[in-house]
Amino acid sequence: MRRDTVRRLPRGLRRLPKSGLVGAVLVAIVMGIALFGRLVTPHPAAQIVGAPYLGPGGGHPLGTDFLGRDLLSRVLAGGLTVVGLSAIATLAAYLVGATIGMLAAYVGGLTDALAMRSMDVLLAFPPFLFLLVLASGGGPGPITAVIGVAVIQIPGVARVIRAAAQEVAVRSYVEAAVARGESTQYVLSREIFPNIVSTVVADGGPRYTGSILLTAGLTFLGLGLQPPAADWALMISENRDGLTFAPLGVLVPALLIMLLTIGVNLLGDGIARSLGLSRSGELVES
Amino acid sequence: MSDRGVPELAGSGSPGLPSGIGNLTWRARILRGRARHPLLSFVIRRVGAGIILLFFVSILIFAVTEILPGNAAYAILGRNSSPAALAAVSRQLGLDRPASARYISWLWGFLHGNLGSSLTAQQPVSTLIGGRLINTAVLAGLALAVLLPVAIVLGIISGARAGKPVDHAISTVSLAGIALPDFVVATLLIFIFAVSLKALPAVSLLSPGASPFSQPSVLVLPAATLVIVGLAYMIRILRAGMIDVMGSEYIQMARLNGISERRVILEHALRNALAPTVQVTALTLQWLVGGIFIVETVFAYPGIGQGMVQAVIARDVPAIQSIGMLIGIFYVLVNIVADVLVVLLIPKLRTQA
Repeated sequence: MRRDTVRRLPRGLRRLPKSGLVGAVLVAIVMGIALFGRLVTPHPAAQIVGAPYLGPGGGHPLGTDFLGRDLLSRVLAGGLTVVGLSAIATLAAYLVGATIGMLAAYVGGLTDALAMRSMDVLLAFPPFLFLLVLASGGGPGPITAVIGVAVIQIPGVARVIRAAAQEVAVRSYVEAAVARGESTQYVLSREIFPNIVSTVVADGGPRYTGSILLTAGLTFLGLGLQPPAADWALMISENRDGLTFAPLGVLVPALLIMLLTIGVNLLGDGIARSLGLSRSGELVES
Repeated sequence: MSDRGVPELAGSGSPGLPSGIGNLTWRARILRGRARHPLLSFVIRRVGAGIILLFFVSILIFAVTEILPGNAAYAILGRNSSPAALAAVSRQLGLDRPASARYISWLWGFLHGNLGSSLTAQQPVSTLIGGRLINTAVLAGLALAVLLPVAIVLGIISGARAGKPVDHAISTVSLAGIALPDFVVATLLIFIFAVSLKALPAVSLLSPGASPFSQPSVLVLPAATLVIVGLAYMIRILRAGMIDVMGSEYIQMARLNGISERRVILEHALRNALAPTVQVTALTLQWLVGGIFIVETVFAYPGIGQGMVQAVIARDVPAIQSIGMLIGIFYVLVNIVADVLVVLLIPKLRTQA
């Protein structure tokens, strides 16, 4: 068994390009706020503390939102769902998509054809249309959003993983494992997967960005997370009426989401390039 | 050209061989027919695959909207309705029939242009979405007309100068731009141009039946949002295609022949970057289909995307199914047209396809 790829990871990360470093800093800042901000909120995020749409000042550094809740507290508490729901959806997509992709590549034949054709059917759906149809059937909410985003991401993951696994599946160490009589599960998890880890890492950045855009977009439309939850995307839509006189309720969460997605994309691209891997079919520049 | 291999195949099914192998002549005849009209057979196969795909899409849409809990009867009566009332409304809507029968009659109606009637608007879905389709076409067409030329120029510059400072600037900005959420961009544009500068309307309301051309200013911000978010996406694909072409042997050959870099790019590389451009246009059209849901909703622009979102919020199942199917058809159609165009542009692909 070879684990070259796994060993190559840390060395590759040290060669991160500048844009990747910028991305890493952005991700660290926004993730920090999202994960730990909720522990230091000055007020409970759902508590009404004053008049609606107050400007900054008087114990409320960012003012209050459309119901009179403390904006700073809601900003600090509202990142976890943005970061978390999309992370869960992305992980679920990799769990299912990578299994389908590796099985298709390793078993081949009819399994491969069937798996990939069903992926084609899913890809024939405009992603957002799929989310909307699902929300109409399953009802709006975070669970529908996570399942929908995961299903949307599965075909893309399966294709990328299949392409990478097809190269690995014909190597001699895989043939040796098959000759030893190892189970399919063993071959996939111990022989093939460790050697396509770098592909997963390179593919993960843009995939996670996509999940954030989809979940946040759905929440913004009122079909994801429901009030009174504190969530950046939800805050943008609920405080929009105050854009003229209390713009911070919209601008601060909008800026944070933007910095997060840009950061994840820059970091992901930087990692992919430092590993010498292309991003979604693009050629690598040397 | 493309039927070079066929005569040999036909010859192998010569008389005197066992009848089983005689089938080869039959197959060869079909192959020859294919070879004579390779493009036609490609189009037929591609359309056939598209129809099968749309069949699955229709099943998926119907299954998700009708079988999951919370059906149309719930949507009309609300959550606290009595079981008896629910049963009565279900019967009235025909929901007590088996799902397969309902699916077939829905599909039959859809194929005959009967899109059903909206549960909330009390009118046929077709009248509900007719004007919206035109509004969306105007908005998406405007966005595409701005997007295409800008993206092609920037993508080709970036790809032809890969690794140089120009490319570096374009790629980094587009890498950041591709991550911009459309609702954030839309909100920021509203804040800058509608709230702060008061130059453009914050919402793109149109009175029913009014053409967006009667108030062109309502189109600016929605179209700008689509352009900003879509541009980065298109540039990156075009850049990758251009790098691909620039690395190919015939470009190196042209350079070795001492042809100026300018001519290499304009005369040799560009023509072969045409196919990716067609595909990018198709991808962008498909991307726009996704973008209109949020952008139209943010600006309250009465298009098909906003109609879909409103139908979902109101659980207007017939409207959801019809709009969903129409968008699915458009999506698949764009793919087929792009594939056929690419095969037309690159003769080499005809035999491989």
